[in-house]
Amino acid sequence: MIQSLANRPSQRPVRTEKVMQEPSTETMLNIQGLSAWYGDFQALHDISLNIGENQVTAFIGPSGCGKSTLLKWCNRMNDVVPGASAKGTLELPDLNILSASTDVVALRRRIGIVFQKPNPFPKSIYDNIAFGPRLHFKNLSRTDLDELVEWSLRKAAVWDEVKDRLRQSALGLSGGQQQRLCIARAIAVGPQILLMDEPCSALDPASTARIEELIFELREQYTIVIVTHNMQQAARVSDQTAFFFEGRVVEAGSTQKLFTNPDQKQTEDYVTGKFG
Amino acid sequence: MHMHLERDIEAIHQRLLQMSGVVERMIDSATRALIHRKPELAMEVIDCDDEVNKTEVEIEEECLKILALHQPVAGDLRRISTLIKVNASLERIADLACNIAERSQQMQSHPYFPSPEGMETMVHLATQMVRMSLDSFVRSDSQMALKVIQTDHHLDELNRVVIAELLCLMQEDTHLVEPALHCFSATRHIERIGDQAENIAEDVIYLVDGDIIRHKHGDLGLQNRSTKLN
Repeated sequence: MIQSLANRPSQRPVRTEKVMQEPSTETMLNIQGLSAWYGDFQALHDISLNIGENQVTAFIGPSGCGKSTLLKWCNRMNDVVPGASAKGTLELPDLNILSASTDVVALRRRIGIVFQKPNPFPKSIYDNIAFGPRLHFKNLSRTDLDELVEWSLRKAAVWDEVKDRLRQSALGLSGGQQQRLCIARAIAVGPQILLMDEPCSALDPASTARIEELIFELREQYTIVIVTHNMQQAARVSDQTAFFFEGRVVEAGSTQKLFTNPDQKQTEDYVTGKFG
Repeated sequence: MHMHLERDIEAIHQRLLQMSGVVERMIDSATRALIHRKPELAMEVIDCDDEVNKTEVEIEEECLKILALHQPVAGDLRRISTLIKVNASLERIADLACNIAERSQQMQSHPYFPSPEGMETMVHLATQMVRMSLDSFVRSDSQMALKVIQTDHHLDELNRVVIAELLCLMQEDTHLVEPALHCFSATRHIERIGDQAENIAEDVIYLVDGDIIRHKHGDLGLQNRSTKLN
């Protein structure tokens, strides 16, 4: 059960444009000419990015530049926002994310999300992890579920800290533990992509370091997109970086290039802290 | 935050420029001591070295402090890494100037030994390379830095000619072996000052263009350092 979740085969897309991925990687998330609106306000303008498989991609930019909006469209969270609309291409190798016929519950199993503030359910640690698998995988035996909970917590590097209190409330954990629990909850349903919206901004330095180590380890198996305002974090954890400004991608490419010798002056000014 | 960083970088920059002025004077005095046999100038050079060494360590400490406190990126990162490397190159040039000064002191006991013809030209070229490399650093001028790298080829060529001339002198008259060896050593030090100026120029090109051209001179139509020495 666990292995089948962890090693799900994925179909390969026809790549239309290489924007920001290593030549050797396949495209996991294909974004072409994507624009998005909240009512009359256009939040995204003609975004084109290819997110490479098993890569960590950082979205950086000042507040209100559209990076979180893009993240939310990736698993259709904007569906519930009144007046939100989008057009363009946003697709997984085998699924048009924006299509009206797309099953968003199934989509969110494939694209998990972790938010800025840890948001464990007011349930036990065990039930937090088991919630998604119970929903998505009917007829899961108790043994399989136990194994899956342990595997997820181990994968999220929090097992050793919670293994003796799985039946206690998740709300009793520290902020850093709660955030790793949320990551464990997200990976328990076997996603292909993990979206992280400022996952460390509410955490202390030690917890931040643990999450960053975790991101490094999870990249082996998942495609990760992280939104962060912390330039050093983006530089540390990501392979690719996209800099957003006023709803547009100003520059996208290898993180090393962007943080040592960016092509655009606007990028240079942002990453060096001259504005934003 | 960025204002603090700019202010700290500017302060280091000013200190480095003051140090470069001292180092340029050391080269000038050491080479005049060598060619015109002026022992008092040699002593001045050697006396300056401690101050340069102390300044070099202080500048490096300041740079490391900036790296730790500000964690600079992009242009700021290139600026700090270049400051660290230029600082080290300048200290090494000061050491080479001291070596030349010491050789000039050894030459005092051979007042009639003729300096090789090409030596003054070597001194002129090496001095010019150091000045141009520092100017290119101050002005962030990668084209000027490229000219420094191109000039090094001429300095190496002259070095070969001077060494050949010294070898001839030693073969002709064995009494001249000792002063010729001192002169030979001084010549190599002058040539190495040119190499350090070339290092600074390479660092300037990284600072301005973000390209690490070290060991890639062949790609730029320039001569690789590894193939140019005797």
